[in-house]
Amino acid sequence: MSNPLSDLLRSYLAVGLFASLGFILVGLLLFLSWLVRPSRPQAQKYISYESGVDPVGDMWSQSQVRYYIFALLFVMFDVEAVFIFPWATRVELYGVFGLVEMLVFIGILLLGLVYAWRKGVLRWA
Amino acid sequence: MTAAVLQNVLASVGGLPSIEFSSVAPSIILALGGVLLLTVVSVTKDKLPVWFPAVWTISAAVAALCTVFRLWIRVGKWGNLSLISGAVGLDRFSLFVIGTLCVSVVMGALLLEGYLRREDLEGPEWYVLLLLAAAGGTTMAAANDLIVLFIGLEILSIAVYILSAMHRRRMSSLESGLKYFIHGAFASAFLLYGIAMVYGATGSTNLARISTFLADNVITQNGLMLGGIALMLVGFAFKVAAVPFHQWAPDVYQGAPTPVSAFMAAAVKTAAFAGMIRVFVLALGPTYRDEWRPMVLALAVLSLLVGSVMALVQTNVKRMLAYSSIGHAGFILVAVHSSTAMGTSAALFYLLSYTFMVMGSFGVVAVVGRKGDGHHQLSDYRGLGRIRPGLALAFTIFLLAQAGVPLTAGFLSKFYVIRSAIDSGDTALGVVAMLAAVIAAFLYLRVIVAMYFEGEPGDEVAPVKVPAAVSVAIGIALAGTLLLGIVPDPVTHAANEATAELVAPRR
Repeated sequence: MSNPLSDLLRSYLAVGLFASLGFILVGLLLFLSWLVRPSRPQAQKYISYESGVDPVGDMWSQSQVRYYIFALLFVMFDVEAVFIFPWATRVELYGVFGLVEMLVFIGILLLGLVYAWRKGVLRWA
Repeated sequence: MTAAVLQNVLASVGGLPSIEFSSVAPSIILALGGVLLLTVVSVTKDKLPVWFPAVWTISAAVAALCTVFRLWIRVGKWGNLSLISGAVGLDRFSLFVIGTLCVSVVMGALLLEGYLRREDLEGPEWYVLLLLAAAGGTTMAAANDLIVLFIGLEILSIAVYILSAMHRRRMSSLESGLKYFIHGAFASAFLLYGIAMVYGATGSTNLARISTFLADNVITQNGLMLGGIALMLVGFAFKVAAVPFHQWAPDVYQGAPTPVSAFMAAAVKTAAFAGMIRVFVLALGPTYRDEWRPMVLALAVLSLLVGSVMALVQTNVKRMLAYSSIGHAGFILVAVHSSTAMGTSAALFYLLSYTFMVMGSFGVVAVVGRKGDGHHQLSDYRGLGRIRPGLALAFTIFLLAQAGVPLTAGFLSKFYVIRSAIDSGDTALGVVAMLAAVIAAFLYLRVIVAMYFEGEPGDEVAPVKVPAAVSVAIGIALAGTLLLGIVPDPVTHAANEATAELVAPRR
């Protein structure tokens, strides 16, 4: 107890134990399933989605440049949600002040949406 | 986290911030002006006259300037204020900087007006970004907290990154936007990392609290604090384009649309120096000046010498002005280095007069660039004195002012800077600054010689059109340059009164 460093190390001991236990458990399960399962390889089984859509082409495919606008708008409202959720859990605490501040924040973002709409970026043409 | 914990946290910072909206009016007017302009123009589409965005922008900047004057009187009467739980400090220093930024918005909008029409570019977005950039700059100037400072810097920088890439048909404009963005992102990362280290060492991001903490405590293991100071200095040095963090500046100034280069040279530099003075002279000045002053000294000397020598060998006038702006950054760094109230007011006077000089210079460059914004070689200025005597005379005055000729703003601003250096005992630095001024004078004379004495009288010179708005901008810049040189007293007085102070947040 006297040496602070060994204290620190001791508290990491639990982490180490759990980590090694995890590795052993997963390894054991994989080993057991490999031991008991039958092995009949077929080409079908090596497709990404075995019973789903057939994959076409490789992963370096081009996508429409038009999507970037949607990505931008999505990020905008995603960030808005990130701010609104924690605020929403404590609305009473922040009171009228918090409400007004949040309305200002949403208002500015809405003006951005109005701009995007009038610029015609929301129309798929 | 339970409500009780949150309540405790709120109580520890003194409850929810109360915001005196009238005291942050300049920033609000500029930001709201930008957002509303975007909305109004997008909703009405093409029904508004062409001049509408420019007039709107100028009105917003003038309105913000009016509130600055009102607040100036109020601060004089009631003392400096600490607002929004100490995040924003309102003193005459920040008001002076905000006023300077408003002036550069007015001139920037006028330059843009002529430029956009000549280049067949449309869109209120240029003006919106101009206003938003200025709003970021004002936030920086009044920042009393490192995080607020960083947010202001980002608002300013992101708007200017986009502005420099806005001339979509010119490849060099896109290139300059990308370069500026990448370099600026590096600078921001340095600054932010420095802020994190200083926070780690002092336990606060509030400048007033950092200052009192450092005054009351001696940090025995200094490494974190020194690392933080160095990284923050690197971040600011990138933003003000001080050697050796200047490499982006010539390419970006050359490639960006000329009115944007003007705004970059004037407003970005002003805001970045305001932030630098707040952090280094105010918060770290009393306790850590012996640590950061040698670094600023090195930056100042290098910027002065490299800026003026490299400018000599340029043949592109925009590039030349970019290098000369590096030299000017060196001069202001000399004022920062003195770390006294006299140095701060010298820096303020320099920034205001540089705003006029550089806006005027780039204004002339913008019109001489002709359609396409491509005629920026020294040879394109041949014979300008014959075909456009007024324009050539204005450019001559701006260049002489930048060289520091008496009766112009440039002379007094250099004089105050060197005086502040000598007053704090750095005679050698003052001598280096004077030497750099002499070297730089040669490059300004080169342009003047090209305008008046090169080329045969019979030579064909492509006509230069000067739009009305641009001539108004050049007129304002000329008036500012000459008035500050001939009757400097009101501004000198204001700059002397504009001492910065860190007001501790009310608890």
